[in-house]
Amino acid sequence: MAEPILELKNVTSAYGRIKAIKDVSLKVYPGEVVSIIGANGAGKSTTLMSICGVLKPEAGEVWYDGQRIDGLASDLLPPRGLCQVPEGRRIFPRLTVEENLDMGAFFRRDAANIEHDKNRVFQMFPILLERRKQHGGTLSGGEQQMLAMGRALMGRPRLLLLDEPSLGLAPLIVQQIFRIIREINESDGVTVILVEQNANLALKSSSRGYVLETGNVVMEDDAAALLANPDIRKAYLGE
Amino acid sequence: MTIRASKLWFGYAVAMAWFYVLLWPLLGIKASGLEFAKSFAIWGKVAVAAAVLLVLYQLKGAGAFGFMQRPASVVGKAAGVFARRVPTWLSLSLVVACAVAFPFFTERYAHDVAISVLVYIILGLGLNVVVGLAGLLDLGYIAFFGVGAYTYALLSVHFGISFWLCLPIAGCFSALAGCLIGYPTLRMRGDYLAIVTLGFGEIVRIVINNWMSLTNGPNGILGIKAPGMYWYNGTSFEHIWLNSLEQLYYIILALAVFTVLAVYRLNYSRIGRAFEAVREDQTAAELMGVNTLRIKLLAYALGAVFGGLAGTFFAARMKFVSPESFTFIESAMVLAMVVLGGMGSIPGVILGALALIALPEVFRGFELYRMFVFGGVMAGMMLFRPSGLWPAKRMGVRSEERE
Repeated sequence: MAEPILELKNVTSAYGRIKAIKDVSLKVYPGEVVSIIGANGAGKSTTLMSICGVLKPEAGEVWYDGQRIDGLASDLLPPRGLCQVPEGRRIFPRLTVEENLDMGAFFRRDAANIEHDKNRVFQMFPILLERRKQHGGTLSGGEQQMLAMGRALMGRPRLLLLDEPSLGLAPLIVQQIFRIIREINESDGVTVILVEQNANLALKSSSRGYVLETGNVVMEDDAAALLANPDIRKAYLGE
Repeated sequence: MTIRASKLWFGYAVAMAWFYVLLWPLLGIKASGLEFAKSFAIWGKVAVAAAVLLVLYQLKGAGAFGFMQRPASVVGKAAGVFARRVPTWLSLSLVVACAVAFPFFTERYAHDVAISVLVYIILGLGLNVVVGLAGLLDLGYIAFFGVGAYTYALLSVHFGISFWLCLPIAGCFSALAGCLIGYPTLRMRGDYLAIVTLGFGEIVRIVINNWMSLTNGPNGILGIKAPGMYWYNGTSFEHIWLNSLEQLYYIILALAVFTVLAVYRLNYSRIGRAFEAVREDQTAAELMGVNTLRIKLLAYALGAVFGGLAGTFFAARMKFVSPESFTFIESAMVLAMVVLGGMGSIPGVILGALALIALPEVFRGFELYRMFVFGGVMAGMMLFRPSGLWPAKRMGVRSEERE
């Protein structure tokens, strides 16, 4: 297989003295959708935050696109194509929908392409076009999730980190969100890392999966194999 | 919906009792003994006035004023429609025309007040960049006003450099001061930042106060030159000093218009949006590739530039500067304008400056009670219009509610 676009080598991260993830190693290859599943507090979000530099790992290395990125300031990563849809969406509530999208392209200077990408986002999420002059904070939960995704796509990511995109959303909206995830992976070739509690849904739309438990990677396999695994079915799929 | 009558009058009783408890110690405790008559007399008047207002409020709730309200609302609606019909450029040029014509119809005293209002408008707009746009609570903003004023004072007295040249120089100095103060402090968030900026504001004042050899300490600097210009007198260009209040008024008006334009452009620029993003969610902004420290530093320095410009004019107008003009109360005053007017809103800040500088002058008659009324008005404003006189942007309706 080709070189991995992202590789974590024995990463340990902590909040103060409490270790949230220990010796986490994972590889993501270009064009994949990889999901990281696990229970509450297993360290899924911590893993993402260690990748994107909001949290500096205590030990271990993070490699992206052939370069070591742990220790880099987090604002340097989006220009390199590593964008994130953070946990809880974190849209800018008092900026309009359109301004939120513009912020996603903040580091870009190619106005014509930005306009093109914005139209593309509006095509994917027509509701955002309708609400473009509305403040982000006035959107419903599902619309905010779409806005957060659209905002991340405005950075033309090569690797997109999605933190719990289905959290607190109606099933119909969740389906729509996952359809878009597959679409940007298949037609744009964006590599996606998907952190989810909804293991069933996540594994069904990914090629491989990692299972985190109390800060450790306990299993790693093809998504289909994980879905078939009786232990996983029992622990995460509620059977 | 109106509040139930019993609840209303109970609230009235509590408020009046509380008011008396506040009032009596102020008027009743004297060296010669305790006294009740005077405080009761004042309290009685206030209580009667409040009761009348309450009765009117209840009558209004019961619809007793329907005969007046209906025509009034029709007129109000028509005015609203009319206001929306008038294009923005027309209303703006009307405002500017009024401001330009102002000195022709008013007295010296009014010019004086107008100049202070305009100085505070510039200060307010500058602080608005820092507080309103970037969301950095700065309690030491007046320090940059001081830096600008002293820059011009020293350059004018020692080197005779002209006002016009000093404007950009003072702006640069203030920006530099902003960066120096901002670099260590802007890593902090929220309350911590407020306290540290408060400290730095005081440090600047105390340094000015004690650096005798440079600033002449508390005695201040005298003999600052007014702005000058060349004027064609028919045969040749001669140099004149712009000493009169009208001339100074036009200078500060021009500066204020420049500030409004600059802040307006900033509001809608890419950088302005980044300021707002940092205010809304710093971590999210970082994930969008915004270097938050640099953006905050830029906001701080830009705000400082306007403070410096206002300070330069202040020194040129007063022809005297001393550290007393740059105390914490001034910072608080400018901040109050921004909050009262509406954070992040240009017309709001202008209204706030008008309200806080011009109204106290109008109510000179109440001299003694000015601060008392001031406090009351501020408390009332925050209760009834928490987002300011002219809020920045109207918050939309939640999309679920709209459908």
